[in-house]
Amino acid sequence: MRDVITGNEAVAWGAARARAQVVPAYPITPQTTIIEGIADLIKKGELKAEYIPVESEHSAMAACIGAAYAGARAFTATSSQGLLLMHELLHWAALARVPIVMAEVNRAVAPGWTIWTDQNDSLAQRDTGWIQLYCQDAQEVFDTTVQAFRIAEEVDLPVMIVLDAFVLSHTAEPVDVPDAADVDRFLPPRKPKFVLDVDNPCAFGGLNGPDVYQEFRFNQQASMTAALEAARRSDNDWAKMFGRRYGLIEEYRTEGADTILVASATPASTAQDVVDKLRAKGKKVGLVRVRLFRPFPAVELRKALAGAKRVAVLDRNISPGHHGIFCEELKSALYGMPKAPEVRGFIGGLGGRDLTPDSIEEVFDRAMGPKKEEEIAWIGHKA
Amino acid sequence: MDRPQGVKYVPAIAEPTQAKFERVPKEEILGHGHLACPGCGAALSMRLALKALGRRVMIAGPACCWAVCDGPWPYSATGVPFLHCAFETAASTACGIRAGLAARGIDDITVMTWAGDGGTFDIGLQALSGAAERNDDFLYVCYDNEAYMNTGVQRSSATPELAWTTTTPPGAMPKLQPKKNMGEIVCAHRAPYFATATVAYPEDLIAKFERAGRTRGFRMIHILSPCPPGWKSEERLGISLARRAVESRVFPLYEVEGGTKWRLTQDPPKRPVAEYLKDQGRFAHLTAAQVRQIQGHVDAEWDVLKGRLETGDRR
Repeated sequence: MRDVITGNEAVAWGAARARAQVVPAYPITPQTTIIEGIADLIKKGELKAEYIPVESEHSAMAACIGAAYAGARAFTATSSQGLLLMHELLHWAALARVPIVMAEVNRAVAPGWTIWTDQNDSLAQRDTGWIQLYCQDAQEVFDTTVQAFRIAEEVDLPVMIVLDAFVLSHTAEPVDVPDAADVDRFLPPRKPKFVLDVDNPCAFGGLNGPDVYQEFRFNQQASMTAALEAARRSDNDWAKMFGRRYGLIEEYRTEGADTILVASATPASTAQDVVDKLRAKGKKVGLVRVRLFRPFPAVELRKALAGAKRVAVLDRNISPGHHGIFCEELKSALYGMPKAPEVRGFIGGLGGRDLTPDSIEEVFDRAMGPKKEEEIAWIGHKA
Repeated sequence: MDRPQGVKYVPAIAEPTQAKFERVPKEEILGHGHLACPGCGAALSMRLALKALGRRVMIAGPACCWAVCDGPWPYSATGVPFLHCAFETAASTACGIRAGLAARGIDDITVMTWAGDGGTFDIGLQALSGAAERNDDFLYVCYDNEAYMNTGVQRSSATPELAWTTTTPPGAMPKLQPKKNMGEIVCAHRAPYFATATVAYPEDLIAKFERAGRTRGFRMIHILSPCPPGWKSEERLGISLARRAVESRVFPLYEVEGGTKWRLTQDPPKRPVAEYLKDQGRFAHLTAAQVRQIQGHVDAEWDVLKGRLETGDRR
C-alpha cells in the first residue's frame, strides 16, 4: 500500500505490520492520533491486538511489562508529561529486559502548558536503558517502528521511536506500507527467551543484594553495546527487503567538509536544503544526522567527523545548568580523538519555535564566523 | 448485574460459602524458606490461597512485605510464577499479564495480584480503580496488615483510627481518620466479586478463593493479615487477634456479587472491641474514652453494613 499518511498514522501502521499483540493506550496530544489509528486498524481487521484503555501512562507501561512477561509483543505511545509519568517504569522495563516498543512524540515540558515540539522529554529518559531512535520523515517512522521490534527482541531491551510533534506527527507524506506477508518475513513472531510459565514457575525481579546487582547492570550494558550491531543488521536487512536504508547516523555531503552540522529529527531534513544552498556558494559544509541516540554511535560519528575542522551541534533541548544534550554527548564521543574538530553548541527551536532554513543557515554562519561564541549560542532567541 | 464492556463476565455462582475442611488440598504450593516473620498473616494467607487456586496461577507482586517474603534472587518460595512489579502497578501489571495471555490464546490461568495495604489503599488505588472499572479479568488480593510494615510501620489509609505507628505517635500526631473502606470503593465499581477474609477462618477464606478463581472479570479479596511486629502483638496471638477482629465486628467477613448483593459469610456472637484491642501494643495507649469512641464507630459501620445485606441471607 502506498498512501499519503501522517507520521502518527505511519506509527500505527508500523505497529500493525509488526503485529503488536497488546496495546495499552492513554491519550495525550500530540500522540493521540497514534492510538486512535491503532484502534481504527483493529476495527478494520488490519491488526489483531488486545487494546487496553488504561487510566494513565504509568499503567500503560506497567501493562506493557506484564504483557511482555506473558510472552506477547507489546506496544504503546506517549508524549511529554505522559513519558515523564512513565519514567519509573521506563527504568523498570529496561532492567526487566522486556522488548517493548514505544512511540514517543516529542513535546516540550510544562509549565507553561505547551503541546509543541522539543526533545527534553525523551532526552530526560537518556539513562533509563531504552534504545532511542530519532526519525525525520513519515516513511522512516513506519520503517523504524517495524525495525524497532527486531532490535528489541534481539537484545531484550525496550526501544523508543521518537518523532517531532506536529512537524512530523501530524504532517502527511507519501508512505509505502509493505504487505503484511512481506513484513512477516522481516519480523517473525516473538520468541520470548523468558516468560511467566506455570509449568516452570520462576520469580522475576526479586530481591537483589550488593553481591549480584552490579552484574545485572553489566549485562544490560553488554546488551546495549550489542544493540549497535542489532540496529545495523536490522537496517541492512530492511534495506535488502524494502530498499530503504537509514544507518545509525546519516551523512549528507560530508565529503571534504570543513564545517559539519550535527542535528537530529526533522531539523536535519531542513538542514539538507541549507547545505545544498551553502555548497552552491562554494562553502565546504556538510550534515550528519544522529538517528540512534542510545546506544550512542560514537564510532560512526568519529569516522564521519574525522576530516572536519569544526562541528556545530543543533540542540532542540537543554540540560539546564549545562549544555545542549546532543552537544555534550558528541563532545564526550570525540574526546581524545586525534585532530578532533572543534565543537560548538547551538540551542534553538525550544517549545516548538520554528527552526527555519534561515535559522539553520545562521548556525552555519556563526559556527564558521570569526567571533568567539558564548558557551551556549542561542538561535532565534528574543533578547 | 449486566457488564456490557470488557472481558467475558461470568457471574459468581451461589453456593455454600464455607469449604469443607476435608476438601482442602493437602498439597503445599508455598515452599519452605519464605522470609515472612513468625506469625505473619500473609504467609498463612498465601498458603491457603494457593491451596484453593492450585498451580495454574500467575502473580503480580508490587513492593510490599511479600516482595521480601518470596525470597532473594534467584530463589522464590511462592511456588507459582511471580512477577515483581513497581509499587503502584499491581493492578496494571496484572491487567497486562492477562492481555498478554489472551493474545497468545491462553485462557486457563488465574492472574492474581498479591499486594499490601499501602500498594492497594494508597499508591496503587488509581490502577486498581482503572482495572475494576474496565472489569479486567484477574483476582486482586490485598493482604492488609494496616500500615507500611515493610518499611517499619508507617501509617497508611488502611491504618485503624488511633493506632500507633511511627508516623502517628499518640498524643503528638494521632491517626484520627477511620480506616478507608475498600469494600465500598470496589463495590462502587460494580465489580463481579468482592470478599473479605482472614486466616482465623481458613475454610471461609478458601471458599472465597475457590469462588473468585471460578469468577471472571475483576475480583478482589481483602484479607486482614495480623502482623506481630507492626501490631506489637505476640506471634502466637495472630490467629486469635484475627478471630477477635471478626467477632468484634472490626473486620466483618462478607462477600459481594456485582457490587450490590452483599451477604455476611460469618456472623459469630458479638464481642466488645476492647477484647480485640487489648493484646496489641499499637493500641496500648488508648484511654477508656477512646476505646468507647472506637466501639461507637465500629457499631455505626456495622449498622451501615447490615443495611446493605440481603434479607434472609445471613449465615
